[in-house]
Amino acid sequence: MPSPAIVARCAAQRLTAASSRSVLPSALRFSSRTPLRAAAICQSRHYVTPSAAQNATVDVENRKIETAEVLHQTGKNPADIDVGGMPHADAMMSPQAGILKQATIMDQGARPIYMDMQATTPTDPRVLDAMLPFYTGLYGNPHSRTHAYGWEAEKAVDKAREHIADLVGADPKEIIFTSGATESNNMSIKGVARFYKAKKKHIITSQTEHKCVLDSCRHLQEEGFEVTYLPVQNNGLIDLKQLEAAIRPDTSLVSIMTVNNEIGVIQPMEEIGRICKKHKVFFHTDAAQAVGKIPVDVNKWGVDLMSISGHKIYGPKGIGACFVRRRPRVRLEPIISGGGQERGLRSGTLAPPLVVGMGEACRIAKEELAYDHARVSALSKRLQDGLLAMEHTTLNGSPDHRYPGCVNISFAYVEGESLLMALKDIALSSGSACTSASLEPSYVLRALGSSDESAHSSIRFGIGRFTTEAEIDYVLKAVKERVNFLRELSPLWELVQEGVDLSTIEWTGH
Amino acid sequence: MAETAQTARSLYRNLLRYSNRFAAYNFREYAKRRSRDAFREHQHEQDPKRIKALLALGDKDLKVLQRQTMLSRYFQMDRLVVEGQETGQQKGHKGNIARLKDTGWD
Repeated sequence: MPSPAIVARCAAQRLTAASSRSVLPSALRFSSRTPLRAAAICQSRHYVTPSAAQNATVDVENRKIETAEVLHQTGKNPADIDVGGMPHADAMMSPQAGILKQATIMDQGARPIYMDMQATTPTDPRVLDAMLPFYTGLYGNPHSRTHAYGWEAEKAVDKAREHIADLVGADPKEIIFTSGATESNNMSIKGVARFYKAKKKHIITSQTEHKCVLDSCRHLQEEGFEVTYLPVQNNGLIDLKQLEAAIRPDTSLVSIMTVNNEIGVIQPMEEIGRICKKHKVFFHTDAAQAVGKIPVDVNKWGVDLMSISGHKIYGPKGIGACFVRRRPRVRLEPIISGGGQERGLRSGTLAPPLVVGMGEACRIAKEELAYDHARVSALSKRLQDGLLAMEHTTLNGSPDHRYPGCVNISFAYVEGESLLMALKDIALSSGSACTSASLEPSYVLRALGSSDESAHSSIRFGIGRFTTEAEIDYVLKAVKERVNFLRELSPLWELVQEGVDLSTIEWTGH
Repeated sequence: MAETAQTARSLYRNLLRYSNRFAAYNFREYAKRRSRDAFREHQHEQDPKRIKALLALGDKDLKVLQRQTMLSRYFQMDRLVVEGQETGQQKGHKGNIARLKDTGWD
């Protein structure tokens, strides 16, 4: 894409080239006054500059750079630059507008709307503002104790730790920085299980957990641990009686996520915490989708370990935190050994820019929690009402116990992947980003008991702090149009319109 | 008191002015909305100490806004599909758009 200043300069050059050409005919004027010598001059008559050595070289020494002109042009907005004949430089910068030239102006962008807030969130400008000094001047190692560079970084890290602890109601000393929620989950589950493996060899988790929890548990099974995968009810919540029944004397850990990343249901954390406390079992929760979006209090919930992610709360990617309770003490076997940073649980130099960014994100999240929640709820209601007003659409997960920012809807008789392809102007996903590469139906929806077809046809809409009403309306309109279009193509939809019950049809296999 | 009101008004105007300079649609809309809602929320504030603290907070946010809007100008993306929406024939100069009615649909 050419920069606006270059575009303007090219146009200016064209103009000066045109004016310099008018110098040539002076020889011709002279010739008309002296007809005798006209024939001789005619031989050298030309309308273009003759090629000569001096015309082909650039005089490097005496080249003039117009500093004033360059300075004049820097900092100009594309919209303010007149490129002569064209609409303006702004239109030239957009590839679509460039093709259309002056014929018709399409003052529309081409970038899709972002509606996948469960995968990641845009970095808040306030967070970036807090991070930038640590990428430029404050580059000290926070573990250096011998000079000011280290001290200032350490001070900033401690401040960030306070903000995070403040958001979840913990003590700053109980926050361990990791590379993300996946590492926190691995650290908690494998760490606790391995530390207590001499006496306790049983772990409980649920079927709708994130892949990193399920995979950690599968890994532990290979090491000789026993794992119970609790089923969930149709609304996505676990059955507390079933949980209590599953706890054995040798159970070391229960791991249940707070807010599900695909369907947004909130598990009854307080009740689970109470059961775990009663049976003296450690309680770990993956709160990557919950922190900063719903009120979180580790003491009220009775949580012993909690995973937090930076980039789900408008912070930077590549940073997360793990809450590890100190009283009563939870002991872990660290996965990463080394210099003994972070209480020896996660060695390795901290990244002050990321840590500060996450701290700032948590501070903002705490301040804006009520405002954001009210706004996300209002937008979610608008979206949900609009989508459920269409025929044969269902909301997945409990309608009452849910975080409103995650709306998972099944569009019957439409293939989810083809709908995603049709909705190219909206960035959406049918499930978690980790599994979006495969065409398998979501295991979370299968665990809820929905059929293969229903799981295949569901789409997750994520609403966040920066979503606007206009975007919601655009999404509603686009989804309605495209779903109707895809259904018109489908022979199944035709059968449904005729009143045929699809479950009664006997399909012949090939 | 009148002086404080003047300061608050000027801060509000500045916040809105700089909010508008975000190149990214979502941040621009959020900054405008958040400034407006914050001032509306505290419009009946009477306690002078609290007003002073709020104004200081606003000043801090304005500085962040000034830096970040400038930064966002340097890293512009293409615009979102919901932005603009002006479509038609260009008429005259300075990029004026005469909107053409899409006929035949109604």
